[in-house]
Amino acid sequence: MTLVFALVIVGVLIGFLVVLNIGALPAIQHFGLSFFTTSIWDPVKKIFGALASVYGTLVTSAIALLIAVPVSLGAAIFLVEVAPSWLRGPVSFFIEMLAAIPSVIIGLWGLFVLVPAIKPVEVWLSTHLGFLPIFKGTVLAGLSFFSAGIILTFMVIPIITAVSRDAIKAVPDTQREAMLALGATRWETIRRAVLPYCRSGLVGAIILGLGRALGETMAVTMVIGNADKLTSFLFSPGTTIASKIASNFNEASSGVFIASLIELALILFGITLLVNVIARVLVWRMTSVKGATE
Amino acid sequence: MAEHGYSRRKWSNRLMLGLSSAAAGLAILVLVLILGYALVRGASALNLAFFTQAAKPAGQVGGGMRNEIIGTLILVGLGSLLALPVGLLAGIFVAEFAGPRMAASVRFAADILAGVPSVVVGVFAYAIVVRPLLSYSAFAAGVALAIIMIPIVARTAEESLRLVPNSMREAALALGITRWRAVLSVIVPGALTGILTGIMLAIARIAGETAPLLFTALGSQFGFQGLLKPIGALPLQIYHYALSPYADWQQQAWAGAFLLILLVLGISILVRRIGSRRHA
Repeated sequence: MTLVFALVIVGVLIGFLVVLNIGALPAIQHFGLSFFTTSIWDPVKKIFGALASVYGTLVTSAIALLIAVPVSLGAAIFLVEVAPSWLRGPVSFFIEMLAAIPSVIIGLWGLFVLVPAIKPVEVWLSTHLGFLPIFKGTVLAGLSFFSAGIILTFMVIPIITAVSRDAIKAVPDTQREAMLALGATRWETIRRAVLPYCRSGLVGAIILGLGRALGETMAVTMVIGNADKLTSFLFSPGTTIASKIASNFNEASSGVFIASLIELALILFGITLLVNVIARVLVWRMTSVKGATE
Repeated sequence: MAEHGYSRRKWSNRLMLGLSSAAAGLAILVLVLILGYALVRGASALNLAFFTQAAKPAGQVGGGMRNEIIGTLILVGLGSLLALPVGLLAGIFVAEFAGPRMAASVRFAADILAGVPSVVVGVFAYAIVVRPLLSYSAFAAGVALAIIMIPIVARTAEESLRLVPNSMREAALALGITRWRAVLSVIVPGALTGILTGIMLAIARIAGETAPLLFTALGSQFGFQGLLKPIGALPLQIYHYALSPYADWQQQAWAGAFLLILLVLGISILVRRIGSRRHA
């Protein structure tokens, strides 16, 4: 009997694929592969392409991971290897609280606090380091790929920290003791004996963070400026798949318009599905290693 | 020479451990900055009218989010109503009845489902509920929220059921009762705190969701009009007001944020305290 309900979970996943495919069919038939190669999004002429959105999704996620990975791994190492035991609980708790803040509130804060604070930095970088393609251009309101990337950083730090903390915790103490007995410092122990041992768990944690960053919607929509730009300039307004869907769906009038948005959802579903499957497999392998040594 | 190498190693040790502490500090600083600002700004924007009045039309000062607060409660209730039976029974199945292979696949599916972006869940609910019924509706939003809630409830229920010692299962079965009876009267009560914790955390999660409501609930200034009619919700209203050009609405967005933080973090903190007291 309960089997039926368990199968609902599997069924919903398959349902996503089927329903989104059917919904996107008019756009798939109409645009074919050109959907992926054009960055034009013109509801009036009814030409729709995913390129700008896909590009924005990748750029913002890359910025987020670039900053979040060292911070999260550092925090995870602190939680397991450095912090005195009375401090571990509270610090873990606070970092988990960051994950519990609703995305729309982080977006609100990003829009009214972060973006105004970040704009002078953007202006400074583009005037002084303007010879680099990523800083070359005119800063507008401060709504940009960059501010979206920073906001995403805050949102993926908790998940990468939590999962890599568990991976580091799963490393058996004999591994540490052997290294320390050879006269290594604590950092050398962490770098040579602990981190390599749980590498697949750490990679899994990072990929889980990537999955979160790729699909994050509200906060990004509020700070990215929503413009179809395909530029190397990081301080230009842009768009992502998720924010494109969120900001366009209610205005979509024609059948092809809606179908194009559903096709975007299908692409996002496909990407996050792939990313999450890889991450879960890596994290699971890590925990099964732990089971074998206990 | 050896002396020199030793001091270099010692310093790099200090540097790296120091950096890792700084990283943890940075993560907490971000939390404090966001929460602190939202709470201070939100508290100063709160007043009685915010709770008792409906939203005023654009351009008029005043009004509140009464309808949206009620809307959020209705949507969370609706989502829970749809998700709890499925999530709980799926969790019970995986923990108590499934073979190891089956259990692993359902668990895997639940983890993957939990990773589907909420905006995609919204589009899905639009396609299966809004489109056939030809109207944005509270029901469609309930379906979307339920899809987000099910994997969380199923996984936490399963994990808490697994913590019930096998001796309890054996003792119950030795009394000659059926497996179902044993699950309902012995095993589930033994795991109740954990299961309730999972449910509360799932409720906290869906209460703050915005993206799945955009094209399901849509938003409405009139409050609850029926399950098959659009409905407003707190996070939706925060989004709309934040992007509006009116200072008064932006102010109300902060008040809404204050209330939502209180609701979401309040539940999380409360649940954790109960959970930790039990473990201690």
